[in-house]
Amino acid sequence: MLDWLQGIGHRVFSSISRMGRATLFLWQCLLALTYIPQKPMLLVRQLYSVGVQTLLIILVAGTFVGMVLALQAYIVLVDFGAEESISLMVSLSILRELGPVFTGLLFAGRAGSALTAEIGLMKSTEQLSGMEMMAVNPMKYVIAPRFLAGLISVPLLTAIFMAIAILGGFFVATEMLGQYEGVFWSQMQAKVDFYDDLINGMIKSLVFGFVVVWIAVFEGYDCVPTSEGLGQATTRTVVHGSLAVLGLDFILTALMFNV
Amino acid sequence: MKTRNLEILVGAFVVLAILAMVLLSLKMSNLASYGDEGDVYEVTAQFENIGGLKVRSPVSAGGVRVGKVANISYNNQAFTAQVTLQLEDKYQFPLDTSASILTAGLLGEQYVGLVPGADEENLQQGDEIELTQSALVLEQVIGQFLYSKAQEE
Repeated sequence: MLDWLQGIGHRVFSSISRMGRATLFLWQCLLALTYIPQKPMLLVRQLYSVGVQTLLIILVAGTFVGMVLALQAYIVLVDFGAEESISLMVSLSILRELGPVFTGLLFAGRAGSALTAEIGLMKSTEQLSGMEMMAVNPMKYVIAPRFLAGLISVPLLTAIFMAIAILGGFFVATEMLGQYEGVFWSQMQAKVDFYDDLINGMIKSLVFGFVVVWIAVFEGYDCVPTSEGLGQATTRTVVHGSLAVLGLDFILTALMFNV
Repeated sequence: MKTRNLEILVGAFVVLAILAMVLLSLKMSNLASYGDEGDVYEVTAQFENIGGLKVRSPVSAGGVRVGKVANISYNNQAFTAQVTLQLEDKYQFPLDTSASILTAGLLGEQYVGLVPGADEENLQQGDEIELTQSALVLEQVIGQFLYSKAQEE
């Protein structure tokens, strides 16, 4: 019984101390960002491995999400004789919810896990301590470029996801369901608001990118330097990252919600 | 990978994202219509009931979109809903124009329809449209119908 209570206390304290370490880590990382303008190639290299390599999965997922949404919207709307509103339903769901959320989840799975594994392996093979021995700050050289690259990539990937998903919906609506092109675009332009819908979606994606890349980089930096600890850290990145995206999505939607 | 290839790929990624953003803002949202509302004038109208009218609902005359609803508030002196209409400068209407709240289709969105009168002078900034007709509220219409049916028998 006492052991059990002790176990609970240990878990609580260790998670609180993790939160503290994560916050201190974020602060150090933000301070280290000032180093990047001196070495822009570090950032470009990370933009490639974080952003460009995630592009393919974003493009494929976006196309199919848009196409499926158009078909599902048609099934519901045709009952009310409102099938010309397909484009509105597709574009609003993509811009307000699915674009940022899907991109956040895919980014956590594709790039976040890779970031954690890479940094974790650097830690287990003592590359990070080696850098410190040579008076090179790994925060500046390893962590900050990856953090900034993730922060930049997620909004860019979200914009691409949104555009390709709406084009996917456009393809299904016009080619498969026989809708007129003009109807599709004019409904969308009349009702989709630039600030309320598009900009709010992009704000969401910025927040998701920040949280996911923070979790990914911290888990890698903080992992137990064994092969098992590395595996656990990678799993945690994906699980915590995805849950953070979904939870924050509710909070942000509630904040931005106005009829 | 060679530095040059890396730069090209990252550059292409950023360009693609910017293109997507431009496409989204110009083709897939109403950003394009923000710019061309340059010259407008505002008139007000009092309605007994505006139904489901919202800010940014269209204002049309003869089916042509001539402006939008800029503001909706409740007038505490007259106990009516006060709607501010923003009309484009290139469309002018006589002073005795009437405004009514109509519905696009049976269950569609509501908009303000203008029917021009015959006055020689035109509506100016700040004028009020005197002749208005409220929104058709379906429940009231059904209620009136049932009432008149009951009276017949």
